[in-house]
Amino acid sequence: MSIKQTIRRYVLENFLFTDDESALKDDDSFLAGGIIDSTGVLEIMLFVEETFDIKVEDEEMLPENLDSIANLVAFVQRKQAVAA
Amino acid sequence: MNAIPRLLQEVLLAAIARHPERTALVAGDARLSYREVADYACRLAQALRARGVQRGDRVVIFMENGWRCAASIFGVLLAGGVFVAINAQTKRDKLAFILRDAGARALLAEPHLARVFGPVTEQLSALRVLCAPDAEAWPAGVENLDEALDEAPATPPPQAAITLDLAALLYTSGTTGEPKGVMHSHQSLLFVLDSINEYLGFSGEDRLFSALPLNFGYGLFQWFSAVRAGAMLVLERSFTYPAQVFNRMRDEAVTSFASVPTVYAMMLAQDAKQPLRFPSVRLLTNAAAALPVEFIPGLRRIFPNAGLYKMYGQTECIRSAYLEPARAEAKPESVGHAIPGTELLLLGEDRRPVAPGEVGTLYVRGPHVMRGYWNQPEKTAEVLAPGPVPGEFLLKSGDLFRQDADGDFYFVSRGDEIIKSRGEKVSPAEVENVIYSLPAVREAVVAGFPDPLLGEAVCAFVTPREGEKLNVQQIKRACSERLENYMVPKHVLLVSELPRTENGKLSRKLILERYAALIAESA
Repeated sequence: MSIKQTIRRYVLENFLFTDDESALKDDDSFLAGGIIDSTGVLEIMLFVEETFDIKVEDEEMLPENLDSIANLVAFVQRKQAVAA
Repeated sequence: MNAIPRLLQEVLLAAIARHPERTALVAGDARLSYREVADYACRLAQALRARGVQRGDRVVIFMENGWRCAASIFGVLLAGGVFVAINAQTKRDKLAFILRDAGARALLAEPHLARVFGPVTEQLSALRVLCAPDAEAWPAGVENLDEALDEAPATPPPQAAITLDLAALLYTSGTTGEPKGVMHSHQSLLFVLDSINEYLGFSGEDRLFSALPLNFGYGLFQWFSAVRAGAMLVLERSFTYPAQVFNRMRDEAVTSFASVPTVYAMMLAQDAKQPLRFPSVRLLTNAAAALPVEFIPGLRRIFPNAGLYKMYGQTECIRSAYLEPARAEAKPESVGHAIPGTELLLLGEDRRPVAPGEVGTLYVRGPHVMRGYWNQPEKTAEVLAPGPVPGEFLLKSGDLFRQDADGDFYFVSRGDEIIKSRGEKVSPAEVENVIYSLPAVREAVVAGFPDPLLGEAVCAFVTPREGEKLNVQQIKRACSERLENYMVPKHVLLVSELPRTENGKLSRKLILERYAALIAESA
């Protein structure tokens, strides 16, 4: 499964409680859509850390890194590129 | 204008008379001076009047926690209306309930919420709907808010309201599941505002920080306190992205920080990994849920120059008690004593004072007590009891407290079954009603379970009907579609049978006891 599919599936299952792919667009803001809140963002952070073996620093807890599927995918790819 | 304001909007008008160019509000990319806030509010008031809003009419504000929401509150008041600010996370059914229950004349909204309000407002032909631009698709009958403002003069319309008129309906969760509109007059809100500003000692030099929602008394009063003091409010939409919030706090060198234990728990966890310091903060407040004693040393490290105020209140009177910083150390478990100009009483079942040291129900006495619940005289009568002076009412808090020899109060337990999660009130019945809407559900019980981050986690215990298929995802999805996300159960346990009391009644206490280990495992 690609990074995007993995993250999409996780967010759909754990925050929208559905497997309907059309429920979430890649650039939908989690915050504006009411999809996640302050405790949800911590869960997403733990998920990407464990799944992709990266470390999210506290100062990286920003919407440009985490607030949509597209932002999350780009963030994970950047982190993996740095680690490689 | 009077030296002593009689109407809440006079607080804003007094501020622009004294310091129009001072910054009032920083939110997202917006930085508004007092003149700009007043300009927006006056235009909105004129636009609402032109659309038929009259003295006493309810105007619902369904917007994100940002500058528009903050300025709109004063706009509705300047129109002579009663503001009803509701959480931007509110889902369709609840929005429809509140619009109907409040008998709203107008709705102020934002475009990304159109998919929630559109289907609702289309059914309410008498409701005027004004939405900020740009909606991708404007639902039928919706007007462009900014065009309406452009056409309106930036002067306050004539004011006819008096201090006894209603200023706000603050909707709050009730034990029966339907939210109740708490009625506050200009008088009650102005009184509690001055009491709060007196004990916190805000000045025009202060920069208050809040990520608390404006639909909630604690968040709303960050804004009112700032305007009353001629100070600046730095308003964040939420605490979702902590790094962004912390950068903003540093950039603006905020002097006051208001939050709830869940946020303090997150900050302490971050500080344990990498020191977090906000030396500019001189005033730290906690309300909405009890602050765990073990948080206090860590908070002193994070906010090395701040005095910590522990506070207690409820929507029905906004604030009841506070403990000043000098005594927080000596009495870390107390919420202190009554706010200035008010009185707290501990009464027994017979409504007589309990003996010193005994546990009693807390009653609140003062001009800050609400006028009652909108359209709910029976529920009002349950909590407003006749006071010592004829015609006066005491507010029965429902919470149990005890008092020490110095007169300071200690919370013992809640008198109802409301869950406090992340500082928000969650009505078990409201969540149960949603779960029961699934045909495969036989029985559902919702209760709070202790959680280190949330205070209490919302837990649902569900038994399926015989032969029916039911899974946890279905239950969580139904909840997330219809409830604000802090109400969605964190833990859902499907069980074959729920324990009952000897009388055959479902008991939250027995259920929590039986499944405690299972919940702890799934946490």
